Amino acid sequence: MEAAPDLVLSHENTYLVNRSFKQLGIERPWAPDRLVVVLDHRTPANTLQTAMVHTEIRRMVREFDIKNFFDVGEGICHDLLVEKKLAKPGQLVVGADSHTTTAGAVGAFATGVGATELAGVWATGKIWLKVPETIQIDLNGHLSPGCFAKDIALHLCSALGPSGADYKCVEFGGSYMFDVSVAGRMVLCNMATEMGAKAALVPADSTSMVWYSGVDMSGCGPVRSDPGARMSAHHEIDISKIPPMVSGPHRVEEGSSVERLEGKPVQQAFIGTCTNGRLEDLVAASWILRGRKVAPGCRLLVAPATRAVLSDALDMGVVQMIVAAGGTVLPPGCGPCLGAHEGVLAPGETCISSSNRNFRGRMGCEDAEVYLASPATVAASAVNGEVTDPRRYLHEEL
Amino acid sequence: MKSCKGRIWKLGNDVNTDQIIPGRYLDNYSPSHLASHALEGARKDFAGAVRAGDIVLAGRNFGCGSSREQAVMALVHSGVRSVVAQSYARIFYRNAINLGLYAFSSAEAYESFEDGEVAVIDLEAGTITSEDRTRAVRLGSIPEKAQEILKYGGLVPYIKATLAKSRDG
Repeated sequence: MEAAPDLVLSHENTYLVNRSFKQLGIERPWAPDRLVVVLDHRTPANTLQTAMVHTEIRRMVREFDIKNFFDVGEGICHDLLVEKKLAKPGQLVVGADSHTTTAGAVGAFATGVGATELAGVWATGKIWLKVPETIQIDLNGHLSPGCFAKDIALHLCSALGPSGADYKCVEFGGSYMFDVSVAGRMVLCNMATEMGAKAALVPADSTSMVWYSGVDMSGCGPVRSDPGARMSAHHEIDISKIPPMVSGPHRVEEGSSVERLEGKPVQQAFIGTCTNGRLEDLVAASWILRGRKVAPGCRLLVAPATRAVLSDALDMGVVQMIVAAGGTVLPPGCGPCLGAHEGVLAPGETCISSSNRNFRGRMGCEDAEVYLASPATVAASAVNGEVTDPRRYLHEEL
Repeated sequence: MKSCKGRIWKLGNDVNTDQIIPGRYLDNYSPSHLASHALEGARKDFAGAVRAGDIVLAGRNFGCGSSREQAVMALVHSGVRSVVAQSYARIFYRNAINLGLYAFSSAEAYESFEDGEVAVIDLEAGTITSEDRTRAVRLGSIPEKAQEILKYGGLVPYIKATLAKSRDG
């Protein structure tokens, strides 16, 4: 079907989008007020090339008078869409980034495309999309102490595999939806990309509607699959049985209980990204870091997802706890996740990360290993200098 | 006959976009830069030896991971005109079509052809044939809409043509 997106997202690759757009010979995008442009992937500029790309994007933003522009230091595009309440329930969001699915956390149908495809949307206001089949995943029960939405996501990635949700929409339900915050829902929808999902959706409910209190909701509203709709698959998962998970190396689906890898030395521990760089992630880490020190031989890097997360974490004393423990706070943005800067690994090194991808070479070195885990597991591992079950440190708080 | 003839570069399953073009090279969009690092994370010998017309033959879920269009650009700028995979990750597939790269699906071709051999792909008929013509496989058909885009060489020329048509009434 031909669809008209409500919101159109791009980051540094806006440069590529605009390059393709110019080739179309059209003067202005069809609706500059629907465009969201964020500099987050390589911020502050890591190379002269990037600096020039940033400059060109700023010039273009002025030319088209794009109001929703977020410059260096404002944060990660997927987080800003939700935090600034730009994406709303029932909307169609397309973004030139695979993790655009994150906005499904607030009940938007959000899907990733490439830069040239986005240029087509800028030009015509339309995009061809096949209506996907839906995989229903019901998460029931309560998480065990020391476990988080990330552990569920890693469990699902292992259970369904890297193409287990290819071309499909993943819809989350079950009693866990009464427990989980918007931030936790973002983790689930974000990681659905690692199963190949076209979109992921937590149908808007009271939690999401509270999120939007005071926001103009005309033209949008909650959507969910019709009762009795035919699903391509239906999974019921008892989340109380999911332990703290660690996935890797090199494959997201290579996940298992943290116990499998406990004791493996880590030289870098990273908390941040569109998966797990929000306030509740930093708070969970701070429970473990408070009064403790990062182990010698290990570096802890923390990149708050947005300026607001950083600001709140400062107000709450969370940043102080991270710094006092020996951690390094990076500016809001994607940080070392994609291997461009701010924490590139050396050959033979191992990083435990709260991010979403552990592909070989992802953090800049093919002879390094990346393991994925929750922020709590990352923090516990930083304190111990080796992969560590967060429950060892969390018992007094829980 | 629209076709390409070249050496087959055979890859495994789940080759991701970080392997096709690692993140550290994404700040430079020049075609020669992208081509010089194409498939660096999967086949170190590719960028130095690839020639125009060569064919990438991949397993399941080719191009999974990031939406980076540079992954397709790196292959196209290397002279690759066609990829045959058992299956594709969604965004990579769309990017391929949008940039005029013929992305065929076939499980049979993956079984029938080996790394290093020379083959010919008929881009319109959707077949792959060994150089000595002893083996030929019909490839999975490309959806109609995608074929239309490919006919124009990619999304940009396709949209330009569509807009021109609607202007001319």
